[in-house]
Amino acid sequence: MIRIAVVFPDLLGTYGDGGNGAILLQRALWRGYDAELLQAESGTALPAADIYCIGGGEDGPQVRAARELIDCGDLVHRVSDGAAVLAVCAGFQIVGMSFPGSDGANHDGVGLLDVVTHKGDGVRAVGELAAEVTEEAHWLLAPFEPPVLSGFENHGGRTALGADVVPLARVAAGVGNGDGSANEGALRDRVIGTYLHGPVLARNPVLADRLLAWALDVEALAPLNDEAAEDLRNERLSLVGQTTTKRRSFRRH
Amino acid sequence: LKVDPMLLEHLSAGRHVALVSGTNGKTTTTRLLAVALGADRARVVINETGSNMPPGHVAALVADRVSDRAVLEVDEIYLPRVVTATSATTVVLLNLSRDQLDRTNEVRMIAGKWRAAFAAAPHTHVVANADDPLVVWGAGAAAYVHWVGAGMNWQFDAVGCPACAGRIRFDSTGWSCEARCGLVRPTPVASLLVEAGECRGIWADGRSIQINLGLPGRFNQSNALMAAVAAEIQGIDAVTALEAMSKIRTVAGRFTTRQFGEASARLMLAKNPAGWSELLTLVGADRGAVVVSINARVADGADPSWLWDVPFEQLAGRRVVATGDRCRDLSVRLQYAGVEHGVEHDPTTAILIAAKSAEGGAVDVIGNYTAFNDLLLSGTAMTDIDEGSP
Repeated sequence: MIRIAVVFPDLLGTYGDGGNGAILLQRALWRGYDAELLQAESGTALPAADIYCIGGGEDGPQVRAARELIDCGDLVHRVSDGAAVLAVCAGFQIVGMSFPGSDGANHDGVGLLDVVTHKGDGVRAVGELAAEVTEEAHWLLAPFEPPVLSGFENHGGRTALGADVVPLARVAAGVGNGDGSANEGALRDRVIGTYLHGPVLARNPVLADRLLAWALDVEALAPLNDEAAEDLRNERLSLVGQTTTKRRSFRRH
Repeated sequence: LKVDPMLLEHLSAGRHVALVSGTNGKTTTTRLLAVALGADRARVVINETGSNMPPGHVAALVADRVSDRAVLEVDEIYLPRVVTATSATTVVLLNLSRDQLDRTNEVRMIAGKWRAAFAAAPHTHVVANADDPLVVWGAGAAAYVHWVGAGMNWQFDAVGCPACAGRIRFDSTGWSCEARCGLVRPTPVASLLVEAGECRGIWADGRSIQINLGLPGRFNQSNALMAAVAAEIQGIDAVTALEAMSKIRTVAGRFTTRQFGEASARLMLAKNPAGWSELLTLVGADRGAVVVSINARVADGADPSWLWDVPFEQLAGRRVVATGDRCRDLSVRLQYAGVEHGVEHDPTTAILIAAKSAEGGAVDVIGNYTAFNDLLLSGTAMTDIDEGSP
């Protein structure tokens, strides 16, 4: 039995990222695994889970969500025990070291990823985003090989990576972390941070399977019919001049 | 189009201007209130469907310089400016929830801007939904507030307290901020009561008035009660107002039937998770074929991720065809919702496909904003009665 928790859907449910939890659940159930989806509301104890999905939200609720996760400390403990995390947008900023609130002040993050977010220049990054998984991330995600990542970004923050994380992907179209590095997202062990909405797992099912395989402690998963997702990817990626089949091989023979 | 704010001010001078804003129900409530305010044969000017920003307000007021009453539907973001420019007599605030995620319009920010605008409008009467914490915060600084217990189905966007960092707790009697910042459901002057299929407005002064509408759905009963309270502020009693509203059969094409070749399609509009939740409740008992059409154009918002917050699971077992510019996003969503479906990019073709298997060729079509409007224009109207009159 694996447990998937959507963290604080009442505070961080603004951008449809709760879909990531539903997608993980279905992909486990379709393959015959026993799985449960938990909606972990704020103000209650964080339930034990194998995968935590943290989504995007508004500035005020984001500060409150970070405060609550820091105060209870359970997320950090569970990650050190092997739980996986998919953190999107405000969620990505929350699991970092610090992020700006709407008041302009910096707020502490949970510290799962060595990233720092600053307030941007006022122009929000809004639009389609395509990014290729980096070589460093490729090794951490192996044997799963996500093709070009596709999603929709919508954020004002600019996120810089520290020495303890690797960039998840390199931006091919869009802004991504927006700190001048062309990086999109960050990765450390089983914690994935990204700015991709869509939700990200709807458009990038290989990433969903990577998270599931960590939780199930397996090396491979039975294939599913992902034609609908593939059609969606083709449509969205071709819009920004990318192709879904493009996959750089980092394997050295 | 940039409109000189003085122009709107000039055109509003000497008129009683009522404004209607909120995420869902603006267009319908504007029509309901206009009909109510016209019940004493006064002339009332309203703006065209969808033209709910200042250029649309100017266009409406320029076209009718005679009417001394105006009812204007106003986009949530533009409301503060329009309140100031029109020196509005009355403002109706329906609800606030997520819509068009790519616009910079997070709901707490909008509520805060409303609040500041009403603090600076000491003569404006605000009719506000007491069941929506975001609306209550937004209206709270007004000098005259008429709270209405209009109900709210969709509470998911309102859990974080807009006044402090606390959490809003909803229960059977209302809601309040757990952090005890003081934000609590205010006592309404009128509330909606639905009992044994009968809907009534219950006023705090003891009146109980039946609400009988030609429009379907609990959400329209709420809209009518809000409009009735607003009409009373302008001197039309609620009985007369509701009687006038009961004659409206359709607003801006919502729930009308359009013919597409052999197929007859009942057209319905749902733009965001709150609207979808209401609509799926309304059509939940139906078992016929459904076409769902989703676009993500400027007026819809460019990011359809909100599809994942809509309980599409309720459509399982029905014949469903996904269509519209973003039919592929919808298709993935339906797959995970366990809803078998076909995918057809062209909406008219999708309707014809769905109608083939449907009894009498009749299908339900639910679209978001531009998807709905395109079909309303491309289909053939069936009867005059569906058209309604302004």
